[in-house]
Amino acid sequence: MNAPDTGYNFAYLDEQTKRMIRRAILKAVAVPGYQVPFAGREMPLPYGWGTGGIQVTAAVIGADDTLKVIDQGADDTTNAVSIRRFFQRTAGVATTTETEKATLIQTRHRIPEARLGEHQILVYQVPIPEPLRWMEARESETRKMHALAEYGVMHVRLYEDIAHMGRIVKSYDYPVRVNGRYIMAPSPIPKFDNPKMDRMPALQLFGAGREKRIYAVPPYTRVESLDFEDHPFEIQTWSEGCALCGATDSYLDEVVTDDRGGRMMVCSDTDHCDKRRAAGHSGPMAAPYGETPR
Amino acid sequence: MNLVATAAVLDDDPPLLSVRGLGKSYGGALGCRAVSFDLWPGEVLGIVGESGSGKSTLLNCLSGQVAADAGEILYRDRMGATADFLTLPEPKRRALLRGEWGLVHQNPRDGLRLRVSAGANIGERLMAQGARHYGDIRAEATGWLSRVEIDTARTDDLPIRFSGGMQQRLQIARTLVTGPRLVFMDEPTGGLDVSVQARLLDLIRGLVDELGAACVIVTHDLAVARLLAHRLMVMKGGEVVEAGLTDQVLDDPHHPYTQLLVSSVLQV
Amino acid sequence: MYVAVKGGEAAIDNAHALLAEARRGDPAVPDLTVAQIREQMTLAVDRVMAEGSLYDPDLAALALKQARGDAVEAIFLVRAFRTTLPRLAHSLPVETGEMRAKRRISATFKDIPGGQILGPTFDYTHRLLDFALLDGETPPAAASAAAGPEAMPRVVDILGREGLIEADRPAPEGAEAGDLTRAPLEFPAGRDVRLQNLARGDEGFVLGLAYSSQRGFGSTHPFAGEIRVGTVEVEIVPEELGFPIVVGRVELTECQMISQFKGSKTQPPQFTRGYGLTFGHNERKAMAMAIVDRSLRADEFDEERRYPAQDEEFVLGHTDNVEASGFLQHLKLPHYVDFQGELVNIRALRRATQSARKQETAE
Repeated sequence: MNAPDTGYNFAYLDEQTKRMIRRAILKAVAVPGYQVPFAGREMPLPYGWGTGGIQVTAAVIGADDTLKVIDQGADDTTNAVSIRRFFQRTAGVATTTETEKATLIQTRHRIPEARLGEHQILVYQVPIPEPLRWMEARESETRKMHALAEYGVMHVRLYEDIAHMGRIVKSYDYPVRVNGRYIMAPSPIPKFDNPKMDRMPALQLFGAGREKRIYAVPPYTRVESLDFEDHPFEIQTWSEGCALCGATDSYLDEVVTDDRGGRMMVCSDTDHCDKRRAAGHSGPMAAPYGETPR
Repeated sequence: MNLVATAAVLDDDPPLLSVRGLGKSYGGALGCRAVSFDLWPGEVLGIVGESGSGKSTLLNCLSGQVAADAGEILYRDRMGATADFLTLPEPKRRALLRGEWGLVHQNPRDGLRLRVSAGANIGERLMAQGARHYGDIRAEATGWLSRVEIDTARTDDLPIRFSGGMQQRLQIARTLVTGPRLVFMDEPTGGLDVSVQARLLDLIRGLVDELGAACVIVTHDLAVARLLAHRLMVMKGGEVVEAGLTDQVLDDPHHPYTQLLVSSVLQV
Repeated sequence: MYVAVKGGEAAIDNAHALLAEARRGDPAVPDLTVAQIREQMTLAVDRVMAEGSLYDPDLAALALKQARGDAVEAIFLVRAFRTTLPRLAHSLPVETGEMRAKRRISATFKDIPGGQILGPTFDYTHRLLDFALLDGETPPAAASAAAGPEAMPRVVDILGREGLIEADRPAPEGAEAGDLTRAPLEFPAGRDVRLQNLARGDEGFVLGLAYSSQRGFGSTHPFAGEIRVGTVEVEIVPEELGFPIVVGRVELTECQMISQFKGSKTQPPQFTRGYGLTFGHNERKAMAMAIVDRSLRADEFDEERRYPAQDEEFVLGHTDNVEASGFLQHLKLPHYVDFQGELVNIRALRRATQSARKQETAE
């Protein structure tokens, strides 16, 4: 047996497996939003913790790539740290926390606030790739529904929300239609991020390891969130801005500051918040920039 | 409302549905055999017989729930093109089943989504056909609830909390909302109280008349058949033993089995 | 002033150090060797090999040590190693009829050609804690079974000669057995893929399914036709040689379940089969697998599919404990972005209800 750090191929997967995954990715790019089955491998990280995203990243990463990994928008959450380290260890690539400097971004649950460019690839970790799973448990049936574009049930669910609660309450993993054809699960990003997917200049790849599916949204592809004419799609809004950088156009996380109901809202995208504070923006609870250890 | 005009039954009109030599057996056991008939637009055909006579198998074959192993089912679609349902590719078959055709199951639980609201149950077929205005879909749904005599205050209730009769009326509304040209009904009043049955029959007769849909109704109840069907087919042992106008068949049965059926009803 | 929670890097390093410490336990107690696990925790090793689908007792023992004895974690380690190995060759089907058996029993016949061999089994032990083991054990010498070269025909083959049991269907010409590790699971799955899935599947889950079918949730009326445990030769045909050569021996447990089938108009009544096979010695798993295999064949015999154990998508989709454990435990990962979405929602909904109520009282 080889030593753990030297006994494996560049980026862990063997070249044959990478080729197999790349073929699946090519097919996924050719048929936007279609879930391509692929022979997902066991990875040294548990299923549900990003194995699909890691396999996609391992298949497309090159020695000259610069990798950024985020979870919940942050670079320093434990799962992001663990995945970033995995590629540092197995591929030895450069890593960054700066969105603009990354060529490859693997994400769980967020799209960075900064607009991505043509030179970048965004890899999503997907727990449940099947958007129809809400209404139909059987894979044999959902594949038929996709093939025949039988998507009536998707709106049944949205109808139910409005009928019972007066609004569509799906707040994350909000289903989209890609290129006017396939209904797709955007992974559990908040619906706040859905509009960023539409005609994004970067290539978007989605990997579901446990369910063994890869799908993609090619650059500049139409991505529409499902809605009704009289109940149009809306994103989350907050009455206050980020307590640290003052941003009013970013997705905010709620931080409970004490047990007496105290709380504050801060940017979920840590890099975005840092950049703004470095540029001199500040919110009501910010320490002067540079004094807080970030 | 997307109503289909009632077509007059004229001799030179081509039939809507032509079934020829339809057969199905289950691993050697006979389901039905060599069934042929024509159905014209707006016509209601009753299929009667005891349980085990093959009438349900026949309906299941016609409505695509069971694959027939012999014969053909020629259907003339809204565009006037005729094709054999049995050899149509699956996408087209499924498109027919959720558009021009409708199916009312004997047990409404088989035809409803029990855990989504009554309104959404009616709206589903509309949404499947591309309706995207919530207000319009809802208006259509409440309109249909009134037509099938369900209190519109129950629009957002789950059908699982409805009585059997209400569930059946909801299923009928869900099926008819898109104005199908051909409707299959399997014992639509089976399992309901007699008082509920009578009201439901009246309702079905009114709606079928109004929509001008052609209809195939399977029933073991000759009273139901007499009330709803223009023509009857009597089945026994998987085969059609007698067919004709409803009044003719019931008032002057020729086949001994039909005579037995009719006399047993009279005895009740 | 607020300082955001940071320090993911340091936290992970500390956690790993704590894990290593917990694994080692009290340093005053001698370190457990992999050889000890391999030789003395054999059934745990066998399970890890079977569900890890890699026949390597040393690596399975290492995985158990590294996983602090947690079987599912050890299986995961072995799988993640196995997946990187090159595929050098396919073996020929192993000939279990020629197994060198250390245990072989049939519940359907009192005596069978080749005899019943009880072998090393818990079956007839009294489950009383043996306090003598506290002080170490020197087992008494077992009477060595005079396992002669007598042939051991399979019990199902004996029934098969009379046509009492369905024949094994030969694979179609040129058909290659499916492989879940190289192609994703698709439905309907062939029996080859089903069996592979069950062989890799979680022992507890497969056991539960088999048990549910025994209790009436899709009964298969099984008889344990035969269970045999022993080693068989593994043969491959290298391309450059063109004839089979033996590359080693593996220990297997095979179970042939015999189930009833009423017959139909075209088919006379016959017994039907359920098949189980695992690496190592694992009778519970092989028997459960055989029952679930038979349950999943409901369609072949026109049996009504009503219960979970008969539902291929339900069963095959949930057997894999590496998948299941990972997905279940991913709930430990942060979900605060999604949760924030729900918070925004629920507050808006509550505001809407409250203002509606206010309006009502105002009117």
